[in-house]
Amino acid sequence: MFAVLKRDFKSYFNSPIAYVLIGLFMFLSSYFFNSYLSYGVSDITSNVVSDMSFLLLFVIPILTMKSMAEDKKNGTEVLLLTSPARITEIVMGKFLALYCVFLIMTGFTLIFPIILTVFGDPDLALIFSSYLGFVLYGAVFVAVGLFASSLTENQIVAAIIGFVGLFALYTIRYLASYFSGFLYDVFTWLSIADRYNDFMNGIIDISSVIFMISLAAIFIYLTVRVVERKRWSQG
Amino acid sequence: MIEIQNLTKEYGKIKAVDNISFSVEKGEILGFLGPNGAGKSTTMNILTGYISSTSGTVKVAGHDILENPVEVKKRIGYLPEQPPLYLDMTVDEYLNFCAQLKSVPAKRWRSEKKDIMELVKISHVSHRLIKNLSKGYKQRVGLAQALIGTPDVLILDEPTVGLDPKQIIEIRKLIKALGKNHTIILSTHILPEVSAVCDRVVIINKGRIAAIDTPDNLSKMLSDFSRFSVTIAGPENKVRNALSDIYGVKYLEVSNRIKDDEYSYIIEADKDVDVRKPMFNRLAQLGFPILELKSLNLSLEEIFIQLTTTEEMEVQ
Repeated sequence: MFAVLKRDFKSYFNSPIAYVLIGLFMFLSSYFFNSYLSYGVSDITSNVVSDMSFLLLFVIPILTMKSMAEDKKNGTEVLLLTSPARITEIVMGKFLALYCVFLIMTGFTLIFPIILTVFGDPDLALIFSSYLGFVLYGAVFVAVGLFASSLTENQIVAAIIGFVGLFALYTIRYLASYFSGFLYDVFTWLSIADRYNDFMNGIIDISSVIFMISLAAIFIYLTVRVVERKRWSQG
Repeated sequence: MIEIQNLTKEYGKIKAVDNISFSVEKGEILGFLGPNGAGKSTTMNILTGYISSTSGTVKVAGHDILENPVEVKKRIGYLPEQPPLYLDMTVDEYLNFCAQLKSVPAKRWRSEKKDIMELVKISHVSHRLIKNLSKGYKQRVGLAQALIGTPDVLILDEPTVGLDPKQIIEIRKLIKALGKNHTIILSTHILPEVSAVCDRVVIINKGRIAAIDTPDNLSKMLSDFSRFSVTIAGPENKVRNALSDIYGVKYLEVSNRIKDDEYSYIIEADKDVDVRKPMFNRLAQLGFPILELKSLNLSLEEIFIQLTTTEEMEVQ
């Protein structure tokens, strides 16, 4: 698992992908940070982090698109799958490599709360819960992107599937408003955005934490199944 | 070492591999010969656990590929048709990664890496990016990858494709040398390669085994007669009379007139009679010297064509 993790992580930084994405992400979130500052909004960090989650919708699919698709295209998938490592270990390694890139990207944005702490007195507990929410949210997004990448050997297609998947996940709460009763409850329960907003408001609900981790785990599991299924395919 | 029984792989209605069975002994180099699309790569992909079979079993050192895939994969080094290389890594990084992936202990790996790199002669390119290497070197790096962890079994899918003639000879020598410590299955569509390297040949066509034997036996099996080409100095009719009297000679024909009273003949004789000695004695008595004598047993190429075409006729 660590072999795959290390290799993939390095490869993101050997190509311009990680740098371009982190740069773009920092540029846009700094822009948001700057405008909140000039408008004099309170709880700047949670507002910025909330906007950052919207940026992830575009950034994550581009980051994850090559994770599995490239191996398929280059034939290196054979190397991984015929090695004694288990498929779960390989997929976990790939997930963690992506997640590390995501965490580094998130790490750069810590500059915002640091600036605020130097020049003011922000609510540190709120900052913590916002970032906890963001990091969990990112795990789900990365897992969905990884899953999308396992479905095809074309990176562009993988990015589009990833984007559509994340978009559906992001907007599921709007579906809820069309329903009432049981379906309303189901969609609200599924709404990752609602749970995310709780974190932004400083509410750390343990069921939300478990929900996010489980959702990420489900998509990692689905990725493993896709890789396994291919082995058994008859067509 | 390797046992394959009733292996079948279906893709929809197409049978890529159709009920094949064979086994490979420890230390043997087995050649897998067949035209393009015969099912060579599919079989190798099943052996290595990359894809699964529709039915049938594969056992490596007693472990079933479905029941105990990890044990099987530990024992196999695989070089697929397209070497599985990460182009953005250096040779060194790539081999280190493969060693980690195959869980080779770090201590053992340090000495093993040196040996492998010297064996396939890539030490001097170890710091170069794989994407900048020539096809031949990429192939060697792929082969180095398969050797990592000294697996008992090596499965090499067309290992000499894309190499220049000198490299081909080197790689063949290398494979021969590796055969002393490894069991090797090697696929190819280059016929001389099989007779140059392999102890035994499986000829596969349309997913089925057309023949399985040693390269020599295959030549013998297919010809009911042993054939010779002889050049003899002496008048044609006298030589002809002298030779056709010999026990075992079934057929005699002039193939070439070299000069006056010097002809080449094609002779076919019973397989179990050696006609060469009586031929020599008779001609010596008459004072017609033999200038040249060579065996014309079927080359592997002819066997290959013969086997795969008869198979085709059966199917039709």
